[in-house]
Amino acid sequence: MKVAVVTFPGSNCDYDLYKAAQQVGAEPTFIWHRERGLDGYDAVLLPGGFSYGDYLRAGAIARMSPVMEDVIAYATKGGPVLGICNGFQILCEAGLLPGALVRNSGLKFASKDVLLRVERNNTIFTSSYTAGQVLRIPIAHGEGNYEADRETLERIEEGGQVVFRYVDSAGDTTDDANPNGSWHGIAGLVNEGGNVLGMMPHPERAMEDLLGSTDGIGVFTSLIASLSALAS
Amino acid sequence: MAITVSTVDENPTDTAVAPRPGDPEITAELVADHGLSEDEYERIKTMMGRVPTYTELGVFSAMWSEHCGYKNSRRLLRLLPTEAPWVIQGPGENAGVIDVGDGYALAFKIESHNHPSAVEPYQGAATGVGGILRDIFTMGARPVAILDSLRFGDLTSGRVRYLFGGVVSGVGDYGNCMGIPNIGGEVVFDRGYEGNPIVNAMCLGLMKKEELITASASGEGNSLMTVGARTGRDGIHGATFASDELSEDADEASRPRVQVGDPFTEKLLLEASLELIASGAISGIQDMGAAGITSSASEMAGRGGSGVEIDMALVPVRESGMTPYEILLSESQERMLVVAEKGKESEVQRILEKWELEAEVIGHVTSDGRFRVMEGGVTVADIPALPLTEGCPTYERDGVESPEVIALRARNLSEYLLPRGNMTQTFLKLLGSPNIASKQWVYHQYDTTVRTATVVRPGGSSGVIRIRGTNRAVAATTDCNGRFVYLEPRQGAMIAMAEAARNLVCVGALPTAITNNLNFGNPLKPHIYHQFREAVLGMSDACTAFETPVTGGNVSFYNETDGKAIYPTPVIGMVGVIEDVSKITPSTFQAEGDDIVLLGENTDEMGGSEYLYVTARLVAGAPPQVTLLAERALQQSVLAMIGGRHLKSAHDCSQGGLACTLAECALGEGEEPRGASVSLSDDLPPVALLFAESQGRILVSCAPAETERVLAIAGEHGVAAKTIGTVGAVGGSFQISLPQGSINCPSTAMAEVFFGAIPAIMDAPATSGA
Repeated sequence: MKVAVVTFPGSNCDYDLYKAAQQVGAEPTFIWHRERGLDGYDAVLLPGGFSYGDYLRAGAIARMSPVMEDVIAYATKGGPVLGICNGFQILCEAGLLPGALVRNSGLKFASKDVLLRVERNNTIFTSSYTAGQVLRIPIAHGEGNYEADRETLERIEEGGQVVFRYVDSAGDTTDDANPNGSWHGIAGLVNEGGNVLGMMPHPERAMEDLLGSTDGIGVFTSLIASLSALAS
Repeated sequence: MAITVSTVDENPTDTAVAPRPGDPEITAELVADHGLSEDEYERIKTMMGRVPTYTELGVFSAMWSEHCGYKNSRRLLRLLPTEAPWVIQGPGENAGVIDVGDGYALAFKIESHNHPSAVEPYQGAATGVGGILRDIFTMGARPVAILDSLRFGDLTSGRVRYLFGGVVSGVGDYGNCMGIPNIGGEVVFDRGYEGNPIVNAMCLGLMKKEELITASASGEGNSLMTVGARTGRDGIHGATFASDELSEDADEASRPRVQVGDPFTEKLLLEASLELIASGAISGIQDMGAAGITSSASEMAGRGGSGVEIDMALVPVRESGMTPYEILLSESQERMLVVAEKGKESEVQRILEKWELEAEVIGHVTSDGRFRVMEGGVTVADIPALPLTEGCPTYERDGVESPEVIALRARNLSEYLLPRGNMTQTFLKLLGSPNIASKQWVYHQYDTTVRTATVVRPGGSSGVIRIRGTNRAVAATTDCNGRFVYLEPRQGAMIAMAEAARNLVCVGALPTAITNNLNFGNPLKPHIYHQFREAVLGMSDACTAFETPVTGGNVSFYNETDGKAIYPTPVIGMVGVIEDVSKITPSTFQAEGDDIVLLGENTDEMGGSEYLYVTARLVAGAPPQVTLLAERALQQSVLAMIGGRHLKSAHDCSQGGLACTLAECALGEGEEPRGASVSLSDDLPPVALLFAESQGRILVSCAPAETERVLAIAGEHGVAAKTIGTVGAVGGSFQISLPQGSINCPSTAMAEVFFGAIPAIMDAPATSGA
């Protein structure tokens, strides 16, 4: 299973994502943002970090990188694309996902473990989980407050595009459990085709008991399982 | 420290340099403005065999500043032990390096950015982090962790809240953008730091042992290249600024001396540097930190025993019309100087280009021992390199203890040992003191989990980073209680060392080496020099006793505002090695019914305690006494307990005393605050029993089946130990009963105070006038 880990100047979770892919048996390759061509990859991963220092707006400059043309083409053809944190921001900037990620409501960077509820397990990124399962996964971002206009929000809610929501330990969305003010507690969502997932929390940091949680593994095993199913 | 102080050049050669048109005339006043004494100026003239040019004066001013020249500290620092079989690189390089096993080496260092942070907290702190990161990756190591040791005045002041908030954002934004986890540190609030905050940042980097590279310029004809950001007019004379006292109105005037950080460029520079080192195209690399090109080029020449010739017209600049003086002394950030092997300059450029950065040849290595600076081929400075970097006059002064401190130390504290009011309320008041309360408000702004290696995050005893591909991990902590050092400098420094070592053994790490950040007032004042000397002596003894040599560090003098010095604050950054990651031990209670065992003995030493500060606004009395051999035995006993997997948790007992330590163990990170039931029977006043900060104590918990073994191991090491209570249920009640009186409150109420204190101050809507 070949996966591309696209790196931009300022990406800093690229290595973590690479290791996570390896851990579930995939064969990752780094693709520098000036390289072209994603044919032959079974999935494309956009890592977290501060591409171009988050200057202008998180993801706004990376979105103009040469490789993004290929990412857009790849996604449009139905190829699986996963963007985490800055990767999610880039996907929104590139128009592959609706809405935008703005400054956290507390106006401060937020770094801690949060609880996420899996809204659907019938996506290629969540099939290893059960619907309603609560995951413990770290966040680390300053601009993770998900916003969209009312019409868009209604559309993505009705279309079941929300995949992860911030919740408390009882599994309920509450203001206290929402670390950044995201509307509807949205932590991750897929596009209408279900082949592009963006999420602010870092599943690649929740892959080992030693580091505090293994709840992130499911995102990667789901993807691998779906790809294997496609291949067979 | 292996430093040879060469004095005046025996044979000053005649190297006349014509003054540059437009340069000011060298007058006594100009010399004084450059922070040089008359004696020092005479020495320069003798060494040069002539009057220096304006450019040369600027160069000497920077290199012979306290910040670069260590002129008031060097002689005493030589007393510190620096060697051990595991030390690969001791003091004198960008960072110290130790062997941590399995083929890996750890580079680490701490550095201050106090003055810039006092003037512009966000940029001051951010560039402090940027500087220490460059010190690590210029050794060939990849930075893997940051710690920050911060001190401010009382949070009741609006100005202090501004400084605190700005510094935390600055530290956070820089490290977050670089993708390097913050794993710990400390934050202290005390009126002793009101006008002069302390911002010390420490960085750890890992490398394979063979990847080590040093900062020396050798090989005649090799090229000197600037790499990274362009040079601008920012931070000119930062090194000299750092070697001066602050004054009330210094803020506005000094702001242009503060550099501006760009972590994005630094991230590219980091990746490019590591690639450069791996490529073999370069033979030396050094950060352009304090005193910019001047210090990096001259120090590389000094270390390499060679000379350099550089041309300012070749340096990429941000604005036109910069003079050689300005270019030489600019402290623009995110720049490095590398020595490229002859003929490999284009390879260096190719690598930098990939990372969208510039690299330009600005000169070459010579063999004539000169630090020669040109401007478009015309010589503007020509100075013997070794005397410039190593010939800075060093002083050993007379120190006298301040009578005020002697009186404070002798103060009888017996009246404060009497209980005042409700004991539970006093306890909660202490838990809500910003010094003791949770620092989540701080470290929740720091990325702590990036790089997927953080085993113990901030909030634990020490931060722990695993070494991927091995079963090992490294641990690090920063510690110092400035009140103790103020009241009795030698004891205070030993306490800082002891506390750091206890914090390491609590996670299961063997203390291995230290870096230090010596923050003091003006050393020309006899009572400040006394503090400095005593602290160095105390540290030296403790380093020897704990077998933790010093591998480098930083001295920050002149931490004074309007003549008032900070508490002497020798921050210890200690690192340790863990051989088996599966044995890493948390600091918080794990399970209901576990036994709580106190190692060490309670005393009634209340001097310098947080209790006195919170209840009486008092910093007085003798600090608790520390016995180095007893500390060593305690460290070894805890390592033996953890090695045998007998413990569930271990926590150093320090600020706020036994009561607050028990609370911290019970509360953890607040997700599952536990109760505890503790009974103390020592024949001591209740206040002392609960809140004294006696040394040599660690609080551990274990399954009841292990208790006997834990007590036996303590006994074998000659460490006092007794079971003092039991861990309670999540949400249960927290009780400490004493021969007279008790503390009793729900763990949830305790959590509210402990986690709510700092947010309540910092996130409250701004009040007018604050």
